[in-house]
Amino acid sequence: MTLKYLAASALMLMSFDVSDAAFEAYTQTIPGTEVSFGMTPIPAGTFSMGSEKHEDAQPVHPVKIDAFWMGTHEVTWDAFEMFLDKNYELAISEGPIEDQVDGLTRPSIPYLDMTFGMGKEGKPAIGMTQYGAIQYCYWLYLKTGIFYRLPTEAEWEYAARAGSETEYFFGTDASQMNEYAWTQENAEETTHSIGQKKANPWGLYDIYGNVLEWTSDQYDPAYYGVSPDENPTNPSTELYPRVVRGGSYDTPAAEISSSKRYVTTADWKRIDPQIPKSQWWFPEAPFLGMRLVRPLDPPSEEEILAYYEAKPITDY
Amino acid sequence: MKLENSRRDFIKTSALVTGGLMTSPFVLPGAYAAPANELKLALIGCGGRGTGAAFQAMETGHNIKLVAMADAFRDRLDNSYNALVGKYGAEKIAVSEDMKLTGFDAYKQAIAEADVVILATPPGFRPIHFEEAVKQGKQVFMEKPVAVDAAGIRKVLAAAEEAKAKKLNVVVGLQRHYQANYIETIDRIHNGDIGEIINGQVYWNDGGVWVRERQPGQTEMEYQMRNWYYFNWLCGDHINEQHVHNIDIANWVKQGYPVKAEGTGGRLVRTGKENGEIFDHHVLTFTYEDGSVIHSECRHFPGAQNRVDESFQGTKGTAYLSAGNHGVLKDWKGNVLYEHDRKNQPNPYQVEHDKLWAALFNGEYKFADAENAAKSTMTAIMGRYATYSGKPLTWDEALNGQVDLMPETFAWDAMPKVLPGDDGYYPHAVPGKTKVI
Repeated sequence: MTLKYLAASALMLMSFDVSDAAFEAYTQTIPGTEVSFGMTPIPAGTFSMGSEKHEDAQPVHPVKIDAFWMGTHEVTWDAFEMFLDKNYELAISEGPIEDQVDGLTRPSIPYLDMTFGMGKEGKPAIGMTQYGAIQYCYWLYLKTGIFYRLPTEAEWEYAARAGSETEYFFGTDASQMNEYAWTQENAEETTHSIGQKKANPWGLYDIYGNVLEWTSDQYDPAYYGVSPDENPTNPSTELYPRVVRGGSYDTPAAEISSSKRYVTTADWKRIDPQIPKSQWWFPEAPFLGMRLVRPLDPPSEEEILAYYEAKPITDY
Repeated sequence: MKLENSRRDFIKTSALVTGGLMTSPFVLPGAYAAPANELKLALIGCGGRGTGAAFQAMETGHNIKLVAMADAFRDRLDNSYNALVGKYGAEKIAVSEDMKLTGFDAYKQAIAEADVVILATPPGFRPIHFEEAVKQGKQVFMEKPVAVDAAGIRKVLAAAEEAKAKKLNVVVGLQRHYQANYIETIDRIHNGDIGEIINGQVYWNDGGVWVRERQPGQTEMEYQMRNWYYFNWLCGDHINEQHVHNIDIANWVKQGYPVKAEGTGGRLVRTGKENGEIFDHHVLTFTYEDGSVIHSECRHFPGAQNRVDESFQGTKGTAYLSAGNHGVLKDWKGNVLYEHDRKNQPNPYQVEHDKLWAALFNGEYKFADAENAAKSTMTAIMGRYATYSGKPLTWDEALNGQVDLMPETFAWDAMPKVLPGDDGYYPHAVPGKTKVI
């Protein structure tokens, strides 16, 4: 399949499945600030999830996914840092912080430099736990009224594949990875500003490389054998391992693909000097970030709050 | 009882600025001597870091029994106990109800129960706790910084001498001294790989730390104790509490302590009632005896770009170090002379305990970190004195400072020396006006 064909089929899919005229790319401004981010529509469809190449990504099985928007880019520090610190949010906002946002639990400000010296502006926010990533979504919900959440593993893979059935969304030629991704080979051991490389056919930047991206799923190597075939999700019940996707600036290009499953490990908090260890930060995962999803058809408010208000698991 | 009598040669350990330390036997208090079969531990200060240190002690795999816990607050103690007993069980965490000691004097009895103590309260208490531990002849792991003012430093230096005389091991949580990239790279600097060090820059620039909201019914003493980071008698300002790490690296690289400090600082973006009296930025130059200068910078500015690392320039090349396992030496043409392998490095917080407890169970006297820790802490305090007063001052002036920040009385209904005004704001230093020594 050529890239041109892929892109064309992707467009067709979109035009076929999108009945709601409002289902198009948009820019979300964080109310009261000048900070914004892009959301890209991902049409509903069915795809083959998994790969013969990876033992834990089998069997390859058909999965039907409902439509959603996905963050055009990884979440940046510019947006994430407002959630970190109420005073900072207040300082750069045009008005006071709304009461419900004011009352939200925010991260303990990290004792360590969570940018790891790699810089902030335009760069992906890094090192947050899944709990921290979801609480960021909660903060955004309170600010915008829109249900933002983490992608499921299936949604992530579907969006990354963008209609392709090959190992990479750009086909089978790994040497092209340099055009699309910051990897161990070209990133020089650091995160890079979002959107410097070419997007995938559905318009998602840095879906491979730069930083690993959180999903909402627990990691189960056998899950594909029992997974439901519509909108599968395997909610997290244990702290480790959970699924992260996409590879990072620290991953060799040859190990990155749409189907490759990466897992979190307790070692990422190894040098946290405090017990219990932080619910919010991985001081040894500068390669981990997040990307948002917004379902086209949001669940009830009760379900939304249940998602956001799930209690963190204490980490010793 | 088996005692080792022969004195071993001086060993050179790169973990110590002061060079060699004698490896020789110590006598553990109580009915046994080295090598030990079991050692009793007391935890003084049961917050996140103290609990973390107790975990690291337990993780060494030696036969350690936690026998006493002390904290000002029962809730902090309970959280810590529950985490420890949940992980290691009641046989290792053998802290009976009457050994859960709370209040300002709890440390004394806890120290008495143990062979080894972890001192991890807010740093203002460290001098009196360290003094007591050494007086009682106990082995010590204590957290940095080790004091908040010159009066406290003088206590720690005196106790450090006594600890040496008693051959008590003292490890201090300046864990970069137990981190391979620092040890390996600074060894090479000391070997002259980049010539004489004539200049350097050390940074702790980040977004700041936690605030705990004032609760109804809290006394002023309890409020300040809960928010210890924002009060100098407890914390010594963030230049002391955090930046001491980087300043200590400058001293380690320079193999000495600055003779003079001058600088500027203030409260610019973190100015709330909840932010107590500390500054949010300090910028300093420290001058060493040979005339070389180290630039030091620390700030708590949310949103600004962070940086926590150290750079040095020598007559033949440059060095770059960070807690993220960097260790790079280059010549002035940019050629890499040495680069530390950053992957799969051991956790320095664990290494410091592995080394300490191995020595303790072997009956060895190997660690005397207190003097360097006191002098590096003093360097940070001297920095604060310079930024608070807005005047340059010498090491001797700073070390002889007579201003004692500690309250006259330690009790929940007693008053700390710094109190909020009618508007709820705390007074803070004003450079040009404030007297610091």
